[in-house]
Amino acid sequence: MTALLASPARRPGRRAGPAGRVDWWAFAMIAPAFIGLAALYLWPFLSTFFKSFMDIPAFGPGEFNGVKNYTNLVGDDAFWRAFRNSALYTALVLIGIPIAIALAALIQQISRGRGIYRVLFFLPVVTLPVAVGMVWRFILNGDFGLFNWVLSLLGLPGQYWVADDRFTIFAFAVVGIWMGLGINLIILGAGLQGIPEELYEASSLDGAGRIRQFFSITLPLLTPTIFFVTVITVISALQMFDLVFIMLGSINNTALAGSKTIVYLFYEAGFVQFRQGYAAAIAVVLLVVIMIVTAIQFRLQKKWVVYD
Amino acid sequence: MTHKWIAATGLAVAAGFVLAGCAGGPDSDDQPSGDKVEITYSVWAGTQTPAMQEIIAAFEDENPDISVELLELPWPQYWSTLQTGAQGGTAPDAFWMLAQQIRPYAQGGQLLDITDAIESEGVDLAMYPQAVLDLYDQGDGKTYGLPKDFDTNGVWYNRSLFDAAGLEYPADDWTWDDFQETAAALTDPGAGVWGVAAPLDYQGGYYNSIYQAGGQVISDDGKTARVDTAEGIAGIQFWTDLQAAGSSPTLQQLSDTDGETMFEQGKVAMYVSGAYWALKMYDNPDIQPHVGVAPLPTGVERATMASGIANVGFAGTKHPDEVKKFLLFASGQKAAEIQAKSGAVLPAFDFTETSKIWMAAMPDFTDLHVFIDAVEYAVPLPVDGNAAEWQGLEGEYLAPAWNGEVSAADAAKAYAAAINEVLARD
Repeated sequence: MTALLASPARRPGRRAGPAGRVDWWAFAMIAPAFIGLAALYLWPFLSTFFKSFMDIPAFGPGEFNGVKNYTNLVGDDAFWRAFRNSALYTALVLIGIPIAIALAALIQQISRGRGIYRVLFFLPVVTLPVAVGMVWRFILNGDFGLFNWVLSLLGLPGQYWVADDRFTIFAFAVVGIWMGLGINLIILGAGLQGIPEELYEASSLDGAGRIRQFFSITLPLLTPTIFFVTVITVISALQMFDLVFIMLGSINNTALAGSKTIVYLFYEAGFVQFRQGYAAAIAVVLLVVIMIVTAIQFRLQKKWVVYD
Repeated sequence: MTHKWIAATGLAVAAGFVLAGCAGGPDSDDQPSGDKVEITYSVWAGTQTPAMQEIIAAFEDENPDISVELLELPWPQYWSTLQTGAQGGTAPDAFWMLAQQIRPYAQGGQLLDITDAIESEGVDLAMYPQAVLDLYDQGDGKTYGLPKDFDTNGVWYNRSLFDAAGLEYPADDWTWDDFQETAAALTDPGAGVWGVAAPLDYQGGYYNSIYQAGGQVISDDGKTARVDTAEGIAGIQFWTDLQAAGSSPTLQQLSDTDGETMFEQGKVAMYVSGAYWALKMYDNPDIQPHVGVAPLPTGVERATMASGIANVGFAGTKHPDEVKKFLLFASGQKAAEIQAKSGAVLPAFDFTETSKIWMAAMPDFTDLHVFIDAVEYAVPLPVDGNAAEWQGLEGEYLAPAWNGEVSAADAAKAYAAAINEVLARD
């Protein structure tokens, strides 16, 4: 931030005002935003970072304990299980992206009532997560849930989707995809509208069908949007907490022990076990994991994202 | 360059003050209207809310210069909200506390010491059940709160399902064997009825049977887990046997739909729990006519867990005197009578007398005395160390035994090691 603020003064030729002076009004105008950012993001981040090297009781000051939180974390089976759960959930939620692409392309084909579909798909995004969790708990109930009833009609065996830790992550993924579909549709829909109509006209003159057009024009030109959607989906999936909390946390659910995600573990360490230093270490590790995963994605995008 | 920096920083700081001023505006008002002292009282949402509102109204009548605002929080958020509030100095002035949660708050100096108020107001501690006072005793000679209610466990049972199975209602002195046999006899897979709900539950479940087997959960010095002793294992096995016999829905089923709901739906014939369900069942016309209560079965000895909610104050409150006054009132006689009359909960104050009012509030339930009789053999809930933490680990270590994947002994051993690790940190 300092470098960013200082650079205009060092290079007056580039960013100085008309009279050759630094326009400090500009800094004044961004100051409220910067202070907000510093107070709400930068400071908590730094404080979390420092706390991760401390042993902090429930209340009162802590003491420095070096990298003990991190070494404990590496040796904690619960952490690795949560890590696997989060990774599995993230991988599963990515299935939602092809679904969103297909739906966005289909909605784009509709000439009338496009808005209605968008609203319908967007509704889960603006619905209270608590309500979503309750409804899905009911749908996925092992004994009288709608989902198992549908399966029974197809001759398939039902499962305790939200009460058996072999299945809970899959249940979360279904709900996660459903909740994220609306926002992905809006973003991908905007991307679709950015594709020039002439390309479709020209290709249909050349005899390309709808399917061919989708794979040869729509998909390649949509890749920057798909890339963006993938990056934010992965980040939010790695941070998933609410579905565990709402769908398993409210009653005495024994599947919870095997269904915790990284952020749930963070919550539990910080707010149930009062081990704030340990919780901070989990948060820092998660941040590093997200940074690495995102960096890998940016590296890989060169291979598949088409920028014209 | 430097002076421009100073100018920019100065403006930024000024803007910061403006922002802070905006944010602090509504809250920083320390002089409420009409010179009344305003205090907040935080509880978790449930059937007790109307009684709490009535208690507040009664308190405000007696103390026109104090007004109390009730803050109701959903149970899943209650403790995390309280913790962050206490850390940030914005916790409610008075709030409900559970024995398994009090330790970190008391150790961390977050609770208002009301010892002086108890002395100056001449509160007679003998009016409260000793088992509950012991629960909240932190061994530092200070009193942080007084219990507002009290609960023991009994066996809620569905008379109609007993009748349908042609069984006698449970006798007062029934044994573990009677219980297991009754549960098996009540189970009718064809009708979708199970004899009992055998969830993995500490307060309403295996702690009771561990003490009934003559065991302990934690050693007297509070330093070692005792769930892996022969008695502890027997107490756990009481429940895993019910699961193995198929007398109970599986843990998965009970995780989807909790035992109390299944009982109200007539799907389980017996449900072991506290008096705090009485009002909910009484208000449900589908289950109300069928409900009976029996004492817990006797193992080697009789035992039931006893616990209760305490009213405590926040050490950081701006109005300690008013808060103390309210805490004593909310755990005192008038509040006890209001709670009893509402039926929502058994009051702690003057238990033998106020419990009569409680029973009279639900005249169609004729067995409620079971919960009061149980006081004779009530054992305080074990709450050593950060109890909420080691209790939270039970699912991980004990569920495999309930599911029949490992023996009760192996599960108990692994869980004891995990508890010891938590206790060692205290």
